[in-house]
Amino acid sequence: MVRLITHNMLACHVRNCNKDNFPLIFSEVELVIRETPENLDFIRRFLPKLDWTALVDTARSLGDTTLPDEQPVEMTDDQLRALHHVLMEMHVEEGNMTCRGCGHVYPISNGIPNMLLAEHEVGR
Amino acid sequence: MSRPEEISPPEIFYGDTEASKYTSNSRIQTIQAQMTERALELLALPPDESAFLLDIGCGSGLSGEILDEEGHVWVGVDIAPSMLEVALEREVEGDLFLHDIGQGFGFRPGTFDGAISISVLQWLLNADSTSHSPSARLTRFFTTLHASLRNPSRAVFQFYPSSDDQVTMITAAAQRAGFGGGIVVDYPNSKKARKMYLCLMVGQQQPDQSRIPQGLQHEGQVDNKRDKARKRDEIQNERRRRRDDKAGQKRGKGGKVKGGQVNPKEWILKKKDLYRTRGKEGVPRDSKYTARKRRVQF
Ligand SMILES: C[S@@+](CC[C@H](N)C(=O)[O-])C[C@H]1O[C@@H](n2cnc3c(N)ncnc32)[C@H](O)[C@@H]1O
Ligand SMILES: [Zn+2]
Repeated sequence: MVRLITHNMLACHVRNCNKDNFPLIFSEVELVIRETPENLDFIRRFLPKLDWTALVDTARSLGDTTLPDEQPVEMTDDQLRALHHVLMEMHVEEGNMTCRGCGHVYPISNGIPNMLLAEHEVGR
Repeated sequence: MSRPEEISPPEIFYGDTEASKYTSNSRIQTIQAQMTERALELLALPPDESAFLLDIGCGSGLSGEILDEEGHVWVGVDIAPSMLEVALEREVEGDLFLHDIGQGFGFRPGTFDGAISISVLQWLLNADSTSHSPSARLTRFFTTLHASLRNPSRAVFQFYPSSDDQVTMITAAAQRAGFGGGIVVDYPNSKKARKMYLCLMVGQQQPDQSRIPQGLQHEGQVDNKRDKARKRDEIQNERRRRRDDKAGQKRGKGGKVKGGQVNPKEWILKKKDLYRTRGKEGVPRDSKYTARKRRVQF
């Protein structure tokens, strides 16, 4: 299962791919929603790590439009709850993640992305 | 007796048969759980807070399960599809990745509040199917791990080095990558209980935590281990009950049919085929569990 919290932290790791290597773009996605107990303190502490624009774009590409364009300066509990849903409850089970920079495709099968690189793609 | 990492690459050694044997062995379960608890202690995370952690070589989730119980959110990476499959079966909470840690990580800077790795690191020094040298793989691993950790934070590795040279090679590579810290040995005088931990530090630690922790000396020091094990059993039973109660209540979304995608069973089987045709031995038979679709639950 790839949750968006993890996707938001993941860039392409192909050798010399350092432009447009984040976020990876989802396609042919099979999405599953799994309710998870809320831990809003955790979400609040996680805020500084998020790339908000990437998160909003990704959530929208998966059909969730609950997040505002701009990251609110102060988050209300309701906003944190919406964020909890997007980060922790949306699981991509099948599909692809494609790097815009180098075109590498990381396939997701049974919720597990295949991050293995061919030898020539491995960095030094 | 030769060590598993000297026999075959990890994704071969931990095939279906070994993965389920490993995971269902209660002695292994207990030891991995204890070492994970000790690693968490050495991580010295702020008390009573859920952290975002990386489990390096998460395998079938024996270590990750402890992270779940402690309320942490985690990502697990492992190179063995069969081990990951078992982790799926066991329905651990972490996000799982098929990943060769010797190829380095792509996580953004400062992603993780800490990392643990239980009984994995020795594999990086041994048989693997790539042409890259162990030292190049170690360097890439530590460098990209260092970048993906928050400042300040720690990464704790329990591992089984086969020689002092290996310990030196590993610590040197970690230092070159910018880590501080060092080796902690628990029960150094016990042949059976002796355990080695590499306790790495990123950035300036809390003043009272900047020194390398002390190893445990006497096994009596962890007499509450049995209590903990019992508690863990209870928690696991409870989790299983909850899981079973909720089983079957599927509420999916999206569900577009994918065209021309490799399915999990296919790519795991394909991988095994590839090894077979390369003439490798010990490729596990394809079980009915191979890449079975995980039950959707709440
Ligand atoms: C002894 S198991 C430990 C699993 C788990 N940490 C536990 O405590 O039960 C060692 C694991 O390391 C994994 N491993 C070995 N080399 C690896 C590599 N290069 N990249 C990722 N995982 C690796 C193996 O696939 C195996 O699952
Ligand atoms: Zn790329």
